[in-house]
Amino acid sequence: MNSEITVNVCLGTGGIAAGSEMVMEAFRKEFESAGVKNANIEKHCKMHKVGCRGFCARDVLVDVSFGEKTWTYQYIQPEMVKRIVKDHILGEQPIDEWLVGDDYHTFHDNQKKVILADLGKIDPESIEEYVGVQGYTAAKKALTGMTPADVIETMKKSGLRGRGGAGFPTGLKWSFCAANESDVRYLICNADEGDPGAFMDRSVVEGNPHAVIEGMIIGAYAIGASHGYVYIRAEYPLAVNRLNMALEQAKEKGFLGKNLFGTSFDFDIKVKLGAGAFVCGEETALIASIEGERGMPRAKPPFPANKGLWGKPTIINNVETLANIPAIINKGADWFASIGSEKSKGTKVIALTGKIRNTGLIEIPMGTPLKDIIFNIGGGIEGDRLFKAVQTGGPSGGCIPQQHIDLPVDYEGLKSVGSMMGSGGMVVLDETDCMVNISKFFLEFTQAESCGKCVPCRIGTKRLLEILTRITEGNGRKGDIELLQELAEDVRDSSLCGLGMSAPNPVLSTLRYFRHEYEAHINHKKCPAKVCNKLLTFFIREDMCVGCGMCAKACSVNAISGEKKKPHHIDSSLCIKCGSCFDACKFSAVLKE
Amino acid sequence: MEKTQEAVLETIYQKCTANGDNIITALQQIQNEFGYVPEESVYWYSDRTNIPASRFYGVITFYAQFHLHPRGKNIITVCQGTVCHVKGASRIISKIREDLKLKEDQSTTKDMQFTLETVNCVGACSIAPVVIINDKVFGKQAPAKITQNLKAYKE
Repeated sequence: MNSEITVNVCLGTGGIAAGSEMVMEAFRKEFESAGVKNANIEKHCKMHKVGCRGFCARDVLVDVSFGEKTWTYQYIQPEMVKRIVKDHILGEQPIDEWLVGDDYHTFHDNQKKVILADLGKIDPESIEEYVGVQGYTAAKKALTGMTPADVIETMKKSGLRGRGGAGFPTGLKWSFCAANESDVRYLICNADEGDPGAFMDRSVVEGNPHAVIEGMIIGAYAIGASHGYVYIRAEYPLAVNRLNMALEQAKEKGFLGKNLFGTSFDFDIKVKLGAGAFVCGEETALIASIEGERGMPRAKPPFPANKGLWGKPTIINNVETLANIPAIINKGADWFASIGSEKSKGTKVIALTGKIRNTGLIEIPMGTPLKDIIFNIGGGIEGDRLFKAVQTGGPSGGCIPQQHIDLPVDYEGLKSVGSMMGSGGMVVLDETDCMVNISKFFLEFTQAESCGKCVPCRIGTKRLLEILTRITEGNGRKGDIELLQELAEDVRDSSLCGLGMSAPNPVLSTLRYFRHEYEAHINHKKCPAKVCNKLLTFFIREDMCVGCGMCAKACSVNAISGEKKKPHHIDSSLCIKCGSCFDACKFSAVLKE
Repeated sequence: MEKTQEAVLETIYQKCTANGDNIITALQQIQNEFGYVPEESVYWYSDRTNIPASRFYGVITFYAQFHLHPRGKNIITVCQGTVCHVKGASRIISKIREDLKLKEDQSTTKDMQFTLETVNCVGACSIAPVVIINDKVFGKQAPAKITQNLKAYKE
């Protein structure tokens, strides 16, 4: 057997959380003790760490390749490594029962990978591997063979739109900035991904940081910027490390610095760590934060493309937007424009999560029906429960119900049903999720993250949250639904920045599609999904209770009594409806209604 | 203020001035050194740079990352992302609070062993609900499981 053996271990955040570093270490140890790499067994084996493989639900994923042929193992733990090395790598007998099944292929086959194409294949910590997959050839092509105007024209023709949420055409934005007379211009990469339930940008920076850097070089050349910043969340330590490492390597190779690719173009990139404020995803707030101020937005115009960082023309692009650029330069605008729907071109990376079988990072052509994403790629709802809604766009988006399941996922499609693309988080909700509670959850978030500069957002979100809270606690009043609707519309129409303008979306969309749930909470003091504890009654089913006493132990107000090994009983006059007994019972004997 | 503390601040000041760093970066470095931003360090830095202390406070209280009070030896961070929320993060928080005997407005235990914090999303949604203790990530947590995991940190 002469072909080279490769072992790939996923080292994205999801993988590491599932123990992939330990798996990697186990392989290293096994190789050493089994003498792999040793000439007298004539086995050469190298190990790779790769970025996110997408299918986070099956972590730790391990690829074993003999030359061209690859086997993928799922749910690998360190103690399983010994057998893989012994049976498969040395014995050449794959272990069938640990291999991925058909759904792994359904998960991948229904996707189209442009941005994620190299994730999971190349070592994100090695510039050589990125160069090996045509890395930095697009930057070279743009800088040495195209004028800045050509680059902008290519972007316009490709139809690429900003992936950060609003979907503004990238080429057009660049042309606004380039048109300004100025000695200095800035390009900022927005990696301050703050939406709960979204990890696309993080995975791209962790898995292929050089693609983002290359996109920045091309963008900077197009607009004539000599300085770049990456504004990235400090909560993403792995992404920050890999980015810094990649920047160092790019500087060493001369891809950043002075006279890039033998031209007179200079460009350098600095990393700025975000200090934890969601509003800093807004362009003008992000600029204020880089300047060292409180991250509060200001009124637009002037737009940053005209007056941005330190008053100079500035372009802010999202991570995913920038990662698309090298491919567009290399393969051409027509190729890019051939993917996707009429008004939304290219692909979209989506963090598919929630009550779904196959969670993970996926990439689909724009315009793919929601149904295909949830039921083909996602494999349907976990535990065969019923689909209720899918939440897109994070706290700025909305909930899309069953009736719109055929909707194409692109900027226009999502907007038409009152949600939005946002950065691309998709959280699937099932029949056990309460929509009033979800709406309250997002309002808690936006209310806490509101910077407080403008009144509608500062006070409006607070009042919205108060109303939602009282509804979920059983104190909803007649007229609350109308009040919510009116106030939400006012906040949307009169807030200063995108945060306030989109904060009411979760309320408005749930009111639109799940009004009956609000009515049940207010009029009948019932939570149909049995989530809002204050509206539930807890009781114990005598035939299920074994009398173990765990619930009584968990109860902080001593509302549960009963003899050992005999059915217990909850005194509803003492019960504070905290739900501890429900969590504590291992026999599903505690019920709520 | 102790001499050693002043020396640390002076080093940060020199480094930040040389790099042209702003006060957010300076505060991040101060917090890295001390684990929080001590009040006296703000006054020291304000005197040194001639920037009013109010501007430092403005920044510190705006960003979630900064802490004005010392934190416990072990930091427990509960993810409050959407997926963690629908999979029961709030029940985990109340369990930890009960377990560590934290009162409603308290986030650090009296013996300074634990600080309980929340984060908007760590992006490990496939293993929700997620709890991070110091740097170790615990996935698929449940109230009973987290109590078990916490035991290892209570010597």
